[in-house]
Amino acid sequence: MKYKQTPSQTIGPFFAHGLTAEQYRYNYTSIAHPVVADHSVPGEQIIVQGRVFDGAGNSCTDAMLECWQCDAEGRYSDRQQDPKAGGFKGFGRVGTGMNEAGRYEIRTIKPASIYGQAPHINVTLFMRGMLNHQFTRIYFSDEEDLNARDKMLNLVPEDRRQTLIARRLEIAGATVYEFNIYVQGEQETVFFDL
Amino acid sequence: MNKRDWNNHPPLVYPDYKSTVVRNPAKPLIPVPEEMMDLRMPVYGDAVIDKLDHDLTKNSIVNGEPLGERIVIHGKVIDEQGRGIPNVLVEIWQCNSTGRYIHKLDQHDAPLDPNFVGAGRALTDDAGNYRFYTIKPGAYPWGNHPNAWRPAHIHFSLFGHQFADRLITQMYFPGDPLFAYDPIFNSVPAHARDLLVADFKIELTEPGFALGYEFNIVLRGSRQTPFE
Ligand SMILES: [Fe+2]
Repeated sequence: MKYKQTPSQTIGPFFAHGLTAEQYRYNYTSIAHPVVADHSVPGEQIIVQGRVFDGAGNSCTDAMLECWQCDAEGRYSDRQQDPKAGGFKGFGRVGTGMNEAGRYEIRTIKPASIYGQAPHINVTLFMRGMLNHQFTRIYFSDEEDLNARDKMLNLVPEDRRQTLIARRLEIAGATVYEFNIYVQGEQETVFFDL
Repeated sequence: MNKRDWNNHPPLVYPDYKSTVVRNPAKPLIPVPEEMMDLRMPVYGDAVIDKLDHDLTKNSIVNGEPLGERIVIHGKVIDEQGRGIPNVLVEIWQCNSTGRYIHKLDQHDAPLDPNFVGAGRALTDDAGNYRFYTIKPGAYPWGNHPNAWRPAHIHFSLFGHQFADRLITQMYFPGDPLFAYDPIFNSVPAHARDLLVADFKIELTEPGFALGYEFNIVLRGSRQTPFE
């Protein structure tokens, strides 16, 4: 290759006024939000929530997740993203710094299964102490058959696959999937060399 | 989709930067076949760019101009073959000229600037070029080790056209005496550190107004050559 890739650097602890300003209530606009699909979007409305833990077991309150998914019909959004418009975005951003527990919450719809893959949400994780962002995926605990046949999941050693599967819960009438990311340690989440 | 060039990026764990030790995977990343890497990114375009988004000296004015040294940054976003990449969303954020971030958790005892938020964005043009006006950020202390200071830097975030072609990096200024002491800068392999340092350019310097810097950025891009 003629040109070398620009090296990655950490997002650092103070990204919020730039990348998640509206979520953190800074005086700037945001291109993406924790709401990936609002109530007008057809499909099963879900909340994905969880925390990010470091290798010492501490919850990280300065992480940022980006997520990217198709809609309930299997379409990735190919229209230009307009942050002021409602509807299906497919793409979201959420920081873990809005509560002491470091909990994040994404409001979306459950994506469809496409190309024989199990329904999933693509996730990119950034945080202080991470010089290179990491890629992972969220799958759903109530899709056992599709998960068992999923190509990406089958690249993962069997004893680690459950780290990618969000647990379905019903909380106060809402469908919630709990997905914690363990960056390191015994329950270490699987990351892909994308 | 080209692979991440792990010879050019920092290692996951760089012990001199202390928090890398517990904040990175210890198990190997799972390799993915090339055909499974391709997934288009969301399309960001003019709808996310307001008139002043690229001008941090003006986009958060309350009652006057921000204090500090005005600079203009020109750059081109290219792939590994050197082809300009159009329509790349470039987001930047930084501290002010005193080294203070507007972030609520920044404890550094240096003044905030009421006229400076320190966030902006731009879209590359058809040839891959972008441009920002801002204030040169100050150095600031941090808690990594005794008397630790970050060299002046601006944080950059870029979306390539594929989901995996994502980059967050930092732009530094030439000749900074803090380079030798900064583990974040030095986490990058020695041969690649220059790629994070902007060039001062008298040709880009605007007379009587702002010093000019050039900061070109190389994304992964895809191997295939386009049909001409
Ligand atoms: Fe910084």
